[in-house]
Amino acid sequence: MTRVLVIEDDPAVRRGVSLGLRHRGHETLLVATGEDGLAELVASAPDIVLLDLMLPGMSGLETCRRIRAFSQVPIVILSARDDDVDVVVGLEAGADDYVIKPASSEVIEARMRAVLRRTTQSASDGRTRSTHGDLLVDRVALRVLKHGAEVALAPTELKLLLFLSAAPEQTFSRQQLLEQVWEHSFHGDYRLVDACVMRLRSKIEDDPRSPRYIQTVRGFGYRFGPL
Amino acid sequence: MIRPSLVRGLRAQLVVAFLLVSVVSALTAAAFTFRQGQSAIVARAQADALRELRAHVAARVPDLPADPGAARLRTLAAQLERAGGARGWRTALSYRGGPLVTAGGQAPPLPAQLRAGAASAATALAQRFHHAGTPWLAVSLPVTAAARPSGRPPLVVFASFSLASQQRDVDALAAAARTGALPVVPASVVLALLAARRLLRPVRRLRSAAERVAGGSLDTRVTVTGDDELADLGRTFNTMAATLQADAEALRAVEARARRFAADVSHELRTPLAAMSAVTGVLDADAASGRLAPLTAEAVQLVSDETRKLTRLVEDLIEVSRFDAGAAVLNLDEVDVAELVAKTLALRHWQDRVGTDLPPGLRARLDPRRVDVVLANLVGNALRHGGPQVRVLVRVRTDAGRIVVTVSDDGPGIPDDLLPHVFDRFTKADTARARSDGSGLGLAIAAENARLHGGALTAANAPGGGAVLTLTLPRQTRDAAG
Repeated sequence: MTRVLVIEDDPAVRRGVSLGLRHRGHETLLVATGEDGLAELVASAPDIVLLDLMLPGMSGLETCRRIRAFSQVPIVILSARDDDVDVVVGLEAGADDYVIKPASSEVIEARMRAVLRRTTQSASDGRTRSTHGDLLVDRVALRVLKHGAEVALAPTELKLLLFLSAAPEQTFSRQQLLEQVWEHSFHGDYRLVDACVMRLRSKIEDDPRSPRYIQTVRGFGYRFGPL
Repeated sequence: MIRPSLVRGLRAQLVVAFLLVSVVSALTAAAFTFRQGQSAIVARAQADALRELRAHVAARVPDLPADPGAARLRTLAAQLERAGGARGWRTALSYRGGPLVTAGGQAPPLPAQLRAGAASAATALAQRFHHAGTPWLAVSLPVTAAARPSGRPPLVVFASFSLASQQRDVDALAAAARTGALPVVPASVVLALLAARRLLRPVRRLRSAAERVAGGSLDTRVTVTGDDELADLGRTFNTMAATLQADAEALRAVEARARRFAADVSHELRTPLAAMSAVTGVLDADAASGRLAPLTAEAVQLVSDETRKLTRLVEDLIEVSRFDAGAAVLNLDEVDVAELVAKTLALRHWQDRVGTDLPPGLRARLDPRRVDVVLANLVGNALRHGGPQVRVLVRVRTDAGRIVVTVSDDGPGIPDDLLPHVFDRFTKADTARARSDGSGLGLAIAAENARLHGGALTAANAPGGGAVLTLTLPRQTRDAAG
């Protein structure tokens, strides 16, 4: 059972999503505004947040930024907007994935599960701790330290870093990363990868513009190192 | 340039017409003047000659005896010939119809007609004729006795003289007329060219304006000066262009409104559909659980199924309005085409029903999500409309820097009357099954996706039967979105 915080202003959608998820055995916390969502997040500590982008008052994007300022809870954007720019901005603001409404509860649940799995799957890898330059990647504790200080990473960022650093200097296409890290079986949105790489670089690189850890291989994808 | 010869043609016609008119009028004037001058000169020569002859005859005939002999007559002729010295005429006399008596040895040239006429005429006669290559004038003067005014004149005086000097005058006249008429030709050509230029300038301006309008610049106007027919034409043209522009703008506005409306409706439908879509799972589970009354279960299942269809329709409508608004963007990536096709088939569990012929290692830069949508649509259509036993083949080839994907089946093919409309919105191949699984927008969206790549999608029937859909994509799609 997963505790899902649904931040959605439309009552029907809120009820529908809640019904669908409850039917699948999850617990839902329903709020209509970003402000209430932040309060509920602090009060109830949900496992995951479903966040509508079009909110009255504090926008969904702003809500996303504020959540990320203090919490690395998984966030899945629930957007009725097909405006691609909003989705990208949402991803850059720290969301882990997005679902375009209308979506069946199966699809929403599948996205949720994939995001939640990110934080737990890599624990079974053989190497438990590895050092890469200034980075210490701890696969058991699921944390990353830079110069000995813990780096706060969102679930996707952490999983992407774990995945790439597990095979240093090996190049992965964005499609491969989408399949492995986001569990998107369809031809996914490559901007998910790009936005996540951007966020990850801003947290672990000394100079995000000339990255050492997450390097771009033009025309192919990304690789970890060489340092 | 639609017809550059138009102006040249009109100009040529104008010049020719102008030239003709001026030449004809110059020639007519010259000919008339010449004719008038010529007859005036000749008539004057004739009258002078007659008057002189009459005077000389009148002075000398009274001296003549009643029945003059040949010698007297010869003397008279000689006297008369001498009297007309300046004119140089030669005379002959005929007494009572007798033979001609001349002063010297040689008789003057006299036309036979004049002689015949003079025998019975009571008045003087004159006739022009040609003798030895020069024009001559012959006159006859009957001399009647005062006692017997009636009856045949006893004596007829003939005189003939050369008109050579008069002919020289006439020739000079003709030359003058010619030299007057000839410069008219170049002068009128120059004038005609100038007039044509002036006349055709507004025509040329109108033509290039009309070309611009035809090219789509409906804001084109011509500058109208003056108040002639061409100015009227220019004004009419401007009115026409303004009307066209207004109509086009109105049409565009209506179309934009209609499209915006469709987009707005789709977006408005999305929110309730989002609520409904989220609960279709609940409905499906309950309908299948057997706990509901059969009718209720059926109704619940219907609502659930139709919600899914409606959702797909609205999604497609939104996608179409995105294309209409020019808001569709390519997210390009370099991919292996064979992998992409295999993935599209595998994701939909079609790999066992669809044959493939894919070249390995073919890489292309395209938007994989959009190409996946196109392929899924083409293969899905083939499977749906080809019948239960249909065999579908996806074939990928390269041709001159382009990737050619053909999706063919051995089904009944596309009806001929439907073929030109398969990419139209809401065209459905199977009218008997008016509502199939598709939204009716699938092929339209597929075609738009192909166009967005700078490629094309075409439909045809194979010679041996079955439909063939061909998707052509550039290997290196340019990133229009920047």
